[in-house]
Amino acid sequence: MPSPGETVPFLDPLPGRSGLTSWIFSTDHKRIGMLYLWCILTMFAVGVVIGVLMRLELIAPGRTIMGAQTYNAMFTLHGVVMIFLFVIPGIPAAFGNILLPLQIGAEDVSFPRLNIFSWWLYLTGAVLAVTSLFTGGGPPDTGWTFYVPFSERTTTNVSLAVVAVFILGFSSILTGLNFITTIHRLRAPKMSWGKLPLFVWSLYATAWIQLLATPVLGVTVALVFIERLLGIGLFDPAKGGDPLLYQHLFWIYSHPAVYIMIVPAMGVVSDIIPAFARKSIFGYKAIAVSSLAIAFAGSLVWAHHMFTSGMSDTAVLVFSFLTFVVAIPSAVKVFNWVATLYKGSIHLEPPLLFALGFIFLFSAGGLTGLVLGSAGTDIHVHDTYFVVAHFHYVIFGGTGFGLFAAMHFWFPKIFGRMYDRKLANASWYLLVGGFNMLYFPMFLIGLMGMPRRYYDYLPMYQTGHIISTVGSWVLVAGLVTMFWGLSKCLRGPRTVGRNPWGAATLEWTLPSPPPHLTFLDPPDEVPSPYSYAGVKRDA
Amino acid sequence: MPEQHKDYLGDKFGMWLFLFTEILLFGGLFLLYAIFLHRYPAEFHQGGLELSRVFGAANTVVLITSSFTVALAISALQQGRRGLCQALLAATIVLAGVFMVNKYFEWSTKIAHGIYPGSSEMAQSGGTNIFFGLYYVMTGAHGLHVVIGATVLAFCMLRIAQGRVTAEDFGLLENGGLYWHLVDLVWIFLFPLFYLIS
Ligand code: HEM
Ligand SMILES: [Cu+2]
Repeated sequence: MPSPGETVPFLDPLPGRSGLTSWIFSTDHKRIGMLYLWCILTMFAVGVVIGVLMRLELIAPGRTIMGAQTYNAMFTLHGVVMIFLFVIPGIPAAFGNILLPLQIGAEDVSFPRLNIFSWWLYLTGAVLAVTSLFTGGGPPDTGWTFYVPFSERTTTNVSLAVVAVFILGFSSILTGLNFITTIHRLRAPKMSWGKLPLFVWSLYATAWIQLLATPVLGVTVALVFIERLLGIGLFDPAKGGDPLLYQHLFWIYSHPAVYIMIVPAMGVVSDIIPAFARKSIFGYKAIAVSSLAIAFAGSLVWAHHMFTSGMSDTAVLVFSFLTFVVAIPSAVKVFNWVATLYKGSIHLEPPLLFALGFIFLFSAGGLTGLVLGSAGTDIHVHDTYFVVAHFHYVIFGGTGFGLFAAMHFWFPKIFGRMYDRKLANASWYLLVGGFNMLYFPMFLIGLMGMPRRYYDYLPMYQTGHIISTVGSWVLVAGLVTMFWGLSKCLRGPRTVGRNPWGAATLEWTLPSPPPHLTFLDPPDEVPSPYSYAGVKRDA
Repeated sequence: MPEQHKDYLGDKFGMWLFLFTEILLFGGLFLLYAIFLHRYPAEFHQGGLELSRVFGAANTVVLITSSFTVALAISALQQGRRGLCQALLAATIVLAGVFMVNKYFEWSTKIAHGIYPGSSEMAQSGGTNIFFGLYYVMTGAHGLHVVIGATVLAFCMLRIAQGRVTAEDFGLLENGGLYWHLVDLVWIFLFPLFYLIS
């Protein structure tokens, strides 16, 4: 007879083990993934509220609802929350945890206890980051990049914030370590590397970046902390140091980190597109290898953030060239997705809509990235709203939409319920419309010279700012609609079968929601992840 | 609950990955060192003369010996000689203590000579300040790792005493030992960079 663990859905309590502690001390990867998901969405909400407040301030020149110092704290917090607490852990820690073992036919990750420990570190980091707002000399006002010398001199509570970032980095490293080991050691015997779902490939590439780049961030922010404490002066020219070194160390992590953000979303899209085109993915190997290529090449381009910092012209030339090189594997992916759609039998369900939104917005962000990557043009748009538009297109339009796509794709698997598809579709139109209205004008005012990180501006930029602020309201309406559509059905009965979309990866062979214990014995048969012949829909 | 499977190779693999991140963490500091050495060769030379080679060399010997005792402790456990293993681990922890005490005297003499962050001695020239700044940061970070490593080994002793780590199942001790070797290795690089540079 199967034990209750093998039949009870993982969302429901096991006999004798219920309540909050069965979640926050759980070592089950699915439950840990859910913990991350809730935290991440909460942090997203916080970040969005701050973003919208900033937009409100910018609706007219001069002081509107807040002063300069508050605005500085706002964009710092918005950046820290969105980067370190939302997008970096976003897809890997939430969906990666839930799905990685299921997709490779493993019982759990390699180190389940380390896994829950990572979540606790994440929580600690999040709490400290929020605490830094209300304690010490006031909320940090350095921007999420903590550039020296300002970050060493400001009297605001930067020390606590960098400690939070250090701890969050540690959490990220441990998750990456866990995933790499899991993928190497715990694949089902028949799950060869060539049969891994592309989402797993993307997690694998991401995990390596997490592992290799994050320690450098750790030591860098630790140095900011030490400098604030002891004032040694490693980055202070008056004491023989060099602030440029800070920028190098910071970006050696933070450029690869943008791939920690985007690569998992690319994996999500690679899993969704073939499932809704009913056609095997075009160029499986090219997509898998391009993830690794991005991880590798992405580690060599950091100094494109520093074209105006006064480093040598040779360095500018080299880093500019290398930046163009990274565009290649990204483009390889986009072409392969489009080729997969070509002549497919397309089912335009919400997950596919969001995946298409990803391709469109990410391409816009990626192509404008080339403008920033070539040093000549970057000199003109550096630190303007052009950059703000670019990175929102890439991380929000890319990773954000990737996360939304993942939510709509795996929601029925996780909850055993189907959301309101009409609302989901409606929210998509609002989101894409609002998004472009919010960020597209930023490209234009950026080209006109509107600098970033200012609460005030010249009247010539006002039209753009007004459109953008109204766009932020449309976007928020879209977000509300989307979450309402998703949560509305959570009280209904669980009616979804194993495989509502007719997808071919392993997690769709399990009940929805999966039971507490899955794949106690590895599956005998491992399907080819994108071959749909004979795969039946089970709604 | 199903039987917990042990994945010995997986545990090792994870540990090696972790050690790799530690190396990268120190890597950032070594990078700074290399750049500043290139910029201030004369001051680094001068600074190296002020550090006591005797202290440094003594600590190097202490750490290398402790790496040796850990390695012996692991083979002792594998051969089932638990008492010997525990004694060797205790010796390692004592050596870690000796290292830290040494370090304490070294730092306090430096501080007594007016070499500490913000002192007028250190503010003599930019290069001198950077040399000693790096000295404190890097040996400090390493010292922290010595303490962590000793704690890990103490935890291994506890587990052995409880019978949770045994001759058949020694993965934890082996990983603790690996960590200790890393701590040792980092010092092997720090020693010449600071003490023998001139
Ligand atoms: C409703 C959604 C959002 C709105 C209204 C919004 C708005 C803004 C605004 C007004 C700024 C400040 C520009 C400046 O003065 O320099 C900003 C900066 C930023 N945003 Fe957003 N944003 C939103 C979502 C996001 C998302 C989803 C992410 C990341 C995933 C993100 C990441 C960032 C980052 C990293 C900065 C730079 C902070 C800094 O300069 O230190 N934002 N955003
Ligand atoms: Cu970059």
